[in-house]
Amino acid sequence: MTKLLDAPERPVRTGGPAGPTPRVSVARRIRNLLTSPKYGPVTVTAVLFVVIFIVGGVRYRGFFSGQVFLNLLVDNSYLIVLAVGMTFVILTGGIDLSVGAVVALSGMIAASLLQTGWSPAVVIPLILVLTSVLGLLVGLMIHIFKVQPFIATLAAMFLARGLCYVISQSSISITDETFVQLAVTRIPLGGNLSITPSVIIAVVVVAIAVWVLHATRFGRTVYAIGGGEQSGLLMGLPVARTKVLVYVISGFCSGLAGVLFTFYTLSGYPLTAIGTELDAIAAVVIGGTLLTGGYGFVLGSVLGVLVLGVIQTIITFEGTLSSWWTKIFIGALLLVFIILQKVLTARRR
Amino acid sequence: MTQASVAVPVIEMRGISITFPGVKALDGVDFRMFPGEVHSLMGENGAGKSTLIKALTGVYGIDAGTITLAGEQVSFSGPAQAQASGISTVYQEVNLLPNLSVAENIMLGREPRRFGSIDWRAMRRRSTELLAGLNLDLDPGSLLGDHSLAVQQLVAIARAIDVQAKVLILDEPTSSLDADEVAELFRVIRSLKEQGVAILFVSHFLDQVYEICDRLTVLRNGKLVGEYLVEELLRIDLVQKMIGKELTALDDLEQRARSVVVDESDAATFVQATKLGRRGAVHPADLPIAAGEVVGLAGLLGSGRTEFARLLGGIDRADTGELVIRGKATKLRTPRQAISHRIAFSSENRRDEGVVGDLTVRDNIVLALQADRGWFRPIPAKRRDELTQSYIQALNIRPGNPDALVRNLSGGNQQKVLLARWLAIAPRLLILDEPTRGIDIGAKAEIQKLVFNLAENGMSVLFISAELEEVLRLSHRIVVLRDRHVVADLENEGLTVDSLLALIAEGSNDDDDPDASVAVAVGALGANDPVAASDPDPTTTDSTGGSR
Repeated sequence: MTKLLDAPERPVRTGGPAGPTPRVSVARRIRNLLTSPKYGPVTVTAVLFVVIFIVGGVRYRGFFSGQVFLNLLVDNSYLIVLAVGMTFVILTGGIDLSVGAVVALSGMIAASLLQTGWSPAVVIPLILVLTSVLGLLVGLMIHIFKVQPFIATLAAMFLARGLCYVISQSSISITDETFVQLAVTRIPLGGNLSITPSVIIAVVVVAIAVWVLHATRFGRTVYAIGGGEQSGLLMGLPVARTKVLVYVISGFCSGLAGVLFTFYTLSGYPLTAIGTELDAIAAVVIGGTLLTGGYGFVLGSVLGVLVLGVIQTIITFEGTLSSWWTKIFIGALLLVFIILQKVLTARRR
Repeated sequence: MTQASVAVPVIEMRGISITFPGVKALDGVDFRMFPGEVHSLMGENGAGKSTLIKALTGVYGIDAGTITLAGEQVSFSGPAQAQASGISTVYQEVNLLPNLSVAENIMLGREPRRFGSIDWRAMRRRSTELLAGLNLDLDPGSLLGDHSLAVQQLVAIARAIDVQAKVLILDEPTSSLDADEVAELFRVIRSLKEQGVAILFVSHFLDQVYEICDRLTVLRNGKLVGEYLVEELLRIDLVQKMIGKELTALDDLEQRARSVVVDESDAATFVQATKLGRRGAVHPADLPIAAGEVVGLAGLLGSGRTEFARLLGGIDRADTGELVIRGKATKLRTPRQAISHRIAFSSENRRDEGVVGDLTVRDNIVLALQADRGWFRPIPAKRRDELTQSYIQALNIRPGNPDALVRNLSGGNQQKVLLARWLAIAPRLLILDEPTRGIDIGAKAEIQKLVFNLAENGMSVLFISAELEEVLRLSHRIVVLRDRHVVADLENEGLTVDSLLALIAEGSNDDDDPDASVAVAVGALGANDPVAASDPDPTTTDSTGGSR
C-alpha cells in the first residue's frame, strides 16, 4: 500500500532537476501508473482529494486545520465501515444494496432492546450476529439459486427496511449510559485535536480488511473471483465459499456501521440511512474499485469516503448552498470517474 | 520415447463411454500415455477429443470404463481432484487472472504462508525459480494482463508444473501464437518431456503435431480409430483415419454434378475475392465464384475453411483484400450488408448461430426475410403462412407443423429450417458451412440434392464439409485449405478422395508427393495467375486449378 500512498507525490518529483533521460522514464512511469487498472483510478482519487482540500483551505478561513480533516473521519466512520464491506462485495463483481436498510435495522434493534433494559454488551454482539446471518442468507441465495446479487440484496433491503417498521413506526431514542458515553466521548490527540471511539473502530476495521484482502488466501480469492470466476474454479480455488463469505462480511460491516451510526444519532428510526447503500457504492467506485470486480483497494474506498466527506464540508463552509448540492457534485464526480476508468484502462489495451 | 514401449503407462483409460442426451459422445474408447512422451489426440469436430479430455480431467463423469493412474484405479469427482492427482490442464483460452500478478497466477491456492499471512517474498522466490526453469525472464510482480497471450500461456504451464504434474494436457495451446512463440513453447515442452512428464498436445496443425509428438491417438465419431507412433504414420494415412470414408447411395448425384459443364465464358462471376484475408484467421487468398457454380472448400478443421467463408459472408471483417460483387468493389462490414448483396451465410454452429430453438418453425423461416424488409414492414400473416408451407413441402421438413418449436426438431430438420430461412431471401450466393454435419443419412441426401438443384437454377453455392466424398460429389470446383492458406483451387474433374487427401495432408516442407507439391505451387502463385493456368499439371487433374 505504500506504493499507493506515495503515488500522488510522483508528479512533484518530475519538476525536480532530473536530466532529460530520466525525465522520459518518469513520464512513462506516471503514464503507466495512471493507465494501470490497478493503481490508476485510486491515484487520481488521491490527487483529487488533496486538490479539493487545498482549494477549500485557500477559499475558506479555518478550513485548513487538522480538526476539519479529523471531523471527516468522525462524521463518516460508519460510512467507512460500510464501504469496507462493500469493497469486498464489489471486488468479486457483486453488489450489496441492502446495507443502508441493514444500518437502519440494527439501529432499530439496538434502540428497542436497550429501551427494554438489555445490556449493550449483549445487544451489540447480537446485532452483529443477526446482520452476519442475514448476509449469509443473501450469499447462499446468490450461490445456490444463482440469483443476481442485485436482486438478492434488493430483496434483503426490502426485508430489512420492513422489519424496521415491524419493530416500531416512530423514532426510539437511546438513553443507555454506555451508548451516550460512547457518543459524547472525545479522545484527545493533543494540540486541540480529538476523535471519537467510532473512528478508532473504523480504523481497526480498515486495518483488518487491508490485511485480509492483501495477505490471506481468502482475500486473494476475492480478487481472483473478480478477475474471472470460471478461471478461479478451474484453478481449484474455493470460489463458492468465498462468494458467500463476502456477503457475510458485508452484513457484518453493515451491522457494525449501524451501531456506529446509533452512537452518532443516539436513536433508532425506520427511515434513517435511506440511500446510504448508494453512498457506499459511490465511495467504493470513486475510490478506484472497478464495478466489474478484480481491481481495487480498501484504502481506495476510504479515500472515496473522504472525498465525499470533503465535498460535504466545502458545501457547509460555503453556507449559501443547500446540502443537496452535495448529491449533485457526487453524481457528477461518479460519472467522471466511471468514464475516466474506462478511458484510462482502454488506453492500455 | 525409446523406453516408452517397455515402460508402464502413467495413465490408462479403458472402454470409456460417455453419453449425453441423444448422443453417444464416447463409445468404448481406450487411451493411454507413457511418462516422458508427447502424445497427440487427433480427430475432426465431434470426434470426442474434448469429451475425452474432460473425462480425464474430471470435468465429466464417465458412464462406463476405467481410468488407471500410475497403476491405481481412480475416479475423479472434479478438476481439483484430478489436479491433486497430478493431471494438470492448460486450456485453449488461458484460464488465468489478468488482474493479479504473474507470481500469484502461478501460486494461487497454494501460496506459501507464515503465521497465517501469505509470505509474499517466498512466493516471489518460488515463482522466479519456476519461471527460470522454463527459461522465462519475467518480473513475477508484474500484472499478468500486461503480458502477451503467449507469455500468459507459458505462465499457465508454469502453474501447471508447480503442482508436480505427471500428466500435462495442452488443449490447442498454439492456436493464438505466432511462429516464434510456438518455438518457445516447444522448447518448454521438450524440457518437460525430459523431466518425465507425459504431455497431451492437442492441435489442429499437422505440422506441429509431426514436429513435437511421439505418439498419437485418432478418434472418429466418438470411437477409437487407433494409436500410432507418429514416425510410422504418414500424414495422408492420418488424415484418412481422421476423416474416414463413408459410402452413401448418392452416386447418381455425383454423375449429374460432373456431367454439368459450367460454361466458364458465359457464366458471369458473381463474387470475386481478391487477396481477402484476416490476421490470425486466414491468409490472403483469391476466390472467384461464378453464378450457378458450386465451390467446395476442403480442409481440416482449423485449416481456415470456416474463417474464409465467414469473410465472404460478412460475419468477420477482412483486414486485407477486397470483394468484388457483380463487378463492384465492396467491403462487407456486417452480415446485414452481405444480405443486402444477397449473400447468405449458414453457420456450422447450428444451435448457437443458426436456428432460434424457442421460436416456431414459421418464425425461424421468416426471420431473415423480415429482418431484411425492416421491422416496420411486417410480412402479412397470410404471406408468412404460404411461405412456411411452401418451404415445409419443398424441403420436406418434419414435423410439417409450422407452430412446432424448432428445438424439438431433429438436427436434420433444424438444418432444413435454417436453409429455408436463407432461401426465403432469395440469395445469389449461399454459403453453407457443414450443413450436413450430425444429421442422418436421409436428410443429408435431401440437402445435397437441394444444393445441386439450387445451383442448376443459377445460385452460387460455397459448400464446406469435412466429408470429402460430399465435397467431391457436389462441387464444380474445389478449393483446398491447409494451415490457414489456400493451397489449391482445382476443377472437379478426375479428382478423387485420395488426391484431395494428399493436398490436405501434405506439409509445405514435404516434397515427396509430386501431385501435392505442384498444387501447392499453383496455390502459392495465386490460383488465377495466368502463369499457373498455363502450366499443365497432368498428374493431379486434367486441367489445372484456376483455369479462368
